Amino acid sequence: MPRPAPLLARYAEGLFWMARYLERIENLARLVDVTQTFESPGRETEAWQALIRINADEDELARRGLTATPEAVKHFYLLDHANPTGIQTSLEAARTNARTLRPLISTEMWKQINIFHREIGALTEADITGDQLSPVCARIKEGVQAHTGITEGTLFRDQGWCFYQLGRLIERADQTTRLLDIRYHLLVHGHSEERRVAELTQWNGVLRAVAGYHAFRRVGGADFGAVDVVAFLLHDTSFPRSVALCVAEIDALLTRLRSRYGLRGTVAALERVEELRAGVLGRPAARVLADGLHQFLDGVQRDLILLAGEIGTAFFRDWRPLEAASQSQSQTQTA
Amino acid sequence: MQVTATALSAADPFRDYDAGPYFCELTGARDGDGGAAAEVRARIATIGLDALRARAAAAEGELINLGVTFTVYTEAQAIDRILPFDCIPRILTAAEWRRLEAGVKQRVAALNAFLHDIYHGRKIIRDGVVPEDLVLGNANYRPEMENFPVRFGTYVHICGTDIVRDQNGDFLVLEDNARTPSGVSYVVENRHLMSRTFPDLMAGQRLRPVDDYGRRLLEAMVEIAPEGVDEPQVVLLSPGIYNSAYFEHVFLAREMGVPLVEGADLVVENDRVWMRTTAGRRAVHTIYRRIGDDFLDPTVFRPESLLGVPGLIGAWRRGNVTLANAVGTGVADDKAIYAYMPRIIRYYLDEDAILPNVQTHICREKEGLDYTLAHLHELVTKPVGESGGYGITIGPRASQAELDHARAAIVADPANWISQPMISLSVAPTLTEQGIRPRHLDLRPFAVTGRQTWVLPGGLSRVALKEGSLVVNSSQGGGSKDTWVLADPGETL
Repeated sequence: MPRPAPLLARYAEGLFWMARYLERIENLARLVDVTQTFESPGRETEAWQALIRINADEDELARRGLTATPEAVKHFYLLDHANPTGIQTSLEAARTNARTLRPLISTEMWKQINIFHREIGALTEADITGDQLSPVCARIKEGVQAHTGITEGTLFRDQGWCFYQLGRLIERADQTTRLLDIRYHLLVHGHSEERRVAELTQWNGVLRAVAGYHAFRRVGGADFGAVDVVAFLLHDTSFPRSVALCVAEIDALLTRLRSRYGLRGTVAALERVEELRAGVLGRPAARVLADGLHQFLDGVQRDLILLAGEIGTAFFRDWRPLEAASQSQSQTQTA
Repeated sequence: MQVTATALSAADPFRDYDAGPYFCELTGARDGDGGAAAEVRARIATIGLDALRARAAAAEGELINLGVTFTVYTEAQAIDRILPFDCIPRILTAAEWRRLEAGVKQRVAALNAFLHDIYHGRKIIRDGVVPEDLVLGNANYRPEMENFPVRFGTYVHICGTDIVRDQNGDFLVLEDNARTPSGVSYVVENRHLMSRTFPDLMAGQRLRPVDDYGRRLLEAMVEIAPEGVDEPQVVLLSPGIYNSAYFEHVFLAREMGVPLVEGADLVVENDRVWMRTTAGRRAVHTIYRRIGDDFLDPTVFRPESLLGVPGLIGAWRRGNVTLANAVGTGVADDKAIYAYMPRIIRYYLDEDAILPNVQTHICREKEGLDYTLAHLHELVTKPVGESGGYGITIGPRASQAELDHARAAIVADPANWISQPMISLSVAPTLTEQGIRPRHLDLRPFAVTGRQTWVLPGGLSRVALKEGSLVVNSSQGGGSKDTWVLADPGETL
């Protein structure tokens, strides 16, 4: 067997971030789609404000002199090429990484992302208005899913694959916590019975947004409550987007980098994984809810940022970890 | 009589094709093509103009989707453009190719011998064959190279030779590209594209393959690595994704199976070159660099360059890493030296040039000056120190005032001028909006040299898509064609 080929640090970083940006795009499309279903008559704006809050984009929106109307928020996330947290910027960054990675990725991966980038870059206001929004979100999701499928079937499984997967899993775990958080930010109005039904509707919306609705039905029982949904999304290792599954896979990938490829820098990152595991899995959902879901999710997000920072410090070129990451969780641009 | 639309589209697309006074690469009479050209014409007629257009459009769409592009920078943005692809192939017979291949090899051998000489004993200067100031006063002459040994005496590892064909069908060398010639990726990609979109044109044709380039290049890069290294690590050094030729860099790195690195991926320590990997630093032994001499090492050349690697030249001078091409080859592919190439070939190899130069009158020599001044209205005059077409006067198309101006400039400084006759470049049938029309083209074969020289069969055929234009450059409306080299009847492929 030939000796394993070396992987440039810059390529590892590019794979990590390409995967992250694409995963982010898919999740943002899911969030936008579900937000629309949360619109309640007469209170349309509330749902869109919640979307802004869970992405911590209040300042960015204010800087543009915008208020969180449905139109402004949709434009902000789907069309605005200058919004650092929007789909356009993330796709641009994903493609730039793909371009850097062209010596490494399959031609089919590059071709798909190239076409996807062109298609999404050409979206206009008319494409996201009214009943067009949901189909557009579906197209965006499917674009990323096509990428994922092509990658799964064509990307060479050397250590580069591990870095690609690490980026995707960290982002996915982060996004699942944000999706859970959206519920926290939505105010429910009315009497207690009315509220209970409205809350259930919202939890169902969250489950649908992460494609977990039917699976949850099978495992969640008839008389489910908030605690069951939270347990499902945090702890159920059969659910592809649960935080626990992401953490377990991250653990396996780091271990593989160490054992198969002899990368010695994994120690600090593995310690972070241990902390995440203890923090997430070690706490029952009921206690999480009792102690405050939002604070808990914030903590998980912080741990994920620290984990990404450890991976960057150990393996990437010119990584400036925490000060940049804690603000925007975007790739450090190097000359 | 009325001609119906159906009858028109079914008509032979070559019916009103007229190459005029020029040599045509498809319809011109040549021995030894074994009927291949006629067969291609017949098959194109079968496909028909409409289908030809539809498939050509699909082929270009494919190039865009695949990102087989070069980047053009305007003030506002970077635009990815494809090199327009013309689907009618250019055909070279086995005999034509034998001559071209031998001529290119000869030229590369002479260039390397010349470079070795001028950076060592300068015998050719002492013998009065090439004027000293043309070499030592050349901006691309690198004193760092003096008395520096390179393996196998090879300075020009990758060479692109620009060749044209005159109205008699004779090949002439227009220019040597001995620094970082580009375009080879299109040769291979065009062939892939052709076999995907025009399998019916290619079926049964016995063509010399072009997909061996990466393997041959890697072989040469391994050969030239510093002596004593068992498994040399080869890398391709690129200015990065914003370089207009980035696709080609990706292509070459992939074909060789080596990392594509940027300057920041490399670090020099104790005169050794390392690349930064996830597992720490790893030694590098051969660098195929697609960065000009000036940008290689900010501590030696341009201090403001961010593309290069500080200390690289030091590591190279210590013999710890090989650069391909070597530093300082630009002195040999210069317009002034070009004029002396036939003499350089004779001097080192004791042979006549297999591929002649375009006849060149050297104005620093009395004979050349007299001839130039007497025939100014027939000649193209070029200043030797300029590039990019600057300062050129095309006699037959110039006004009296322009001719007077050129005359004054030449008389004032004869040494700065050469003159050449106007060449009637050959044409090839090309798909245009008007139908199949003749368009001028050239040929750039690529030679790879480690221990020995290997020439990729064919090369890049660049075609001027504008009617009457002689400018084949991609930045000015040029396109390309698949270039077929026919195999000898007995040859196994």
